[in-house]
Amino acid sequence: MDDFLVIDRVSKSFGALRAVDGVSLSIRQGEAFSLLGPSGCGKTTLLRMLAGFETPDSGRILLGGKDVTGLLPEQRPVNTVFQNYALFPHLNVWENVAFGLRMSRRPREEIRSGVDRMLELVRLSEHARKRPAQLSGGQRQRVAIARALVNRPQVLLLDEPLAALDLKLRQHMLVELNAIHEQVGTTFIYVTHDQGEAMSLSDRIAVMNEGRVEQVDEPEALYETPRSGFVATFIGDANFFTGMPVELKHDGYLRVQVEGLGSPLVHGSGFVSSHEPVRIMIRPEKISLTLERPQSGERVNAFRGVVEDSVYFGSHARYHVRAGEHLVIAQLQRSRFSGGGIEPARGAVVWMSFHPDEGRVVRLEGAA
Amino acid sequence: MRGARHRSGEWLITLPSLAWLGVFFVIPAALVVVTAFRPADLHGGVAAGWTLENIETLRDPAWLPILWRTLWLSAATTVVCVALALPVAFQMARVGPRLRQFLLLLVVVPFLSNFLIRIFAWKSLLHPEGVLTKVLVSLHLAPEDALLLNNAGAVLLVMIYTQLPFAILPLYAAAEKFDFHLLDAARDLGAGPCRAFMKVFVPGVRRGILSAVVMVFVCSLGQYVIPQFVGGASDEMLGNKIQQRVFADRNLPQASALAAALMAAVLLPMLVVAAWQRFGRKEGAA
Repeated sequence: MDDFLVIDRVSKSFGALRAVDGVSLSIRQGEAFSLLGPSGCGKTTLLRMLAGFETPDSGRILLGGKDVTGLLPEQRPVNTVFQNYALFPHLNVWENVAFGLRMSRRPREEIRSGVDRMLELVRLSEHARKRPAQLSGGQRQRVAIARALVNRPQVLLLDEPLAALDLKLRQHMLVELNAIHEQVGTTFIYVTHDQGEAMSLSDRIAVMNEGRVEQVDEPEALYETPRSGFVATFIGDANFFTGMPVELKHDGYLRVQVEGLGSPLVHGSGFVSSHEPVRIMIRPEKISLTLERPQSGERVNAFRGVVEDSVYFGSHARYHVRAGEHLVIAQLQRSRFSGGGIEPARGAVVWMSFHPDEGRVVRLEGAA
Repeated sequence: MRGARHRSGEWLITLPSLAWLGVFFVIPAALVVVTAFRPADLHGGVAAGWTLENIETLRDPAWLPILWRTLWLSAATTVVCVALALPVAFQMARVGPRLRQFLLLLVVVPFLSNFLIRIFAWKSLLHPEGVLTKVLVSLHLAPEDALLLNNAGAVLLVMIYTQLPFAILPLYAAAEKFDFHLLDAARDLGAGPCRAFMKVFVPGVRRGILSAVVMVFVCSLGQYVIPQFVGGASDEMLGNKIQQRVFADRNLPQASALAAALMAAVLLPMLVVAAWQRFGRKEGAA
């Protein structure tokens, strides 16, 4: 079932604004999928179209092979965990969870067992008689999840599920959400602007920007091989250099002439044409700093720079290193075993080096 | 501790309005009750001494049909007004700010013309030679000899017309605070638009409904101008009788006894409901 939920060239405009612009995605059954992007990228509009609150201007949405584009929210086998949970304040926890089953007029016995089982799953059985106002943020969130899941939806949509929680609770709920997903096996679609959240919750992530999908990939692939500058900066930090490709080696590496940095060798995937400038990307933690020029084979790119600034983060430290017109960000783990264990002071001359596999070619346009 | 101090601050803010209510509402109401136990003098005033005579006259079974009519007309007015006002308030809270202002203006604009003039307008509308009758007859929606005026239906219609803004305004105030995302949630969980409205919006504005019910019902109970002008001889309400005691019979203690009885009939059930609610809420919070 590779094409369980298919979004087929869906577009939606509000006035002159193209909120969602020709998005196509296909999501597998049981997958935990994230729509990730900054606010205004169209991810929420896309979610509302999946839930049935908005109708696409064009395109189709297929669920299990059936066209659901024209169905009203109450007719779709899809349920939503809303951003602020939208629990019914006049009903207690038990009645909130029972709401969907009551709406579909299930037999009383089925409602009772269904709600009880769901409250057990989210560990709220002893709070069943409380009103939402008497619960903590994390408990409300679990009520919202139970209220949606009790209807056995084919797809569960979660709109910024952790945004309203504080940091500690958020980390706890991350683990909990993963556990619930594993237990029920329903297809989960998260909408989030938090890359950390998306990375730890999802099997795959669609990074969205200005109504379009920039890249769909597994979290690791998105981080290691972003295809655009936007994806590279939205997921983690990145150094970018623009240069002219000078030599494509037969083993797949590309030599790029970069003003002020010499001609580093980078991984050649994503390279298209030798007549146009390319953009290369290196993650700060992939750059090593040493006082001496590293013992280099041809496989190491090394260049000299002057430390302009350093910021200490506890688990790691960041260095801003000036090399000609470039300001390179390098990140070092504070460990004796890694990165040469140097602590260069401001103004120190250092060598920066990275392995060709860590340098990536990204699309020149759409850079942030 | 903090809660207690907070509450005492609230009391201080409420003090002026409490004083106002006390001076201009509670004391006069108490005076009415006191007057009910006084004998009347011959000049339309109140004589010295105490008597139970005025209360005794209330036991006359002839009052029962009038009391019954007063209650059902007021109850019917309340039910229809709230039923009409709920969707209006719902829409007003949902539309954009400009249209909302306009609709609010429409609700309030009848108050710009005098209440009596509006009643007379209804009188001529409902008159056998009036526009409404003629249109209905010409469309064969009413028989040739239809009488729209001088019956209980006319009283009810004009009462609803008069009281509707008093139902819309508190309901709108409640609807404006209602979180409309809850309707999305209801739809998402399988409720159609009507069920979402009934199961989520209506309970969500229940305080507004309570205010609207009290407002409309209490105002309707004391109504006497409308039955006098558009009602028939057998459509008199308790208010008409009180008015007759004051102006025609010049017997203030008798009028006071009637007014006090009506007040008790309304206040006692409300006090019971309020006490029950307070008790119930405390129990729920524990």
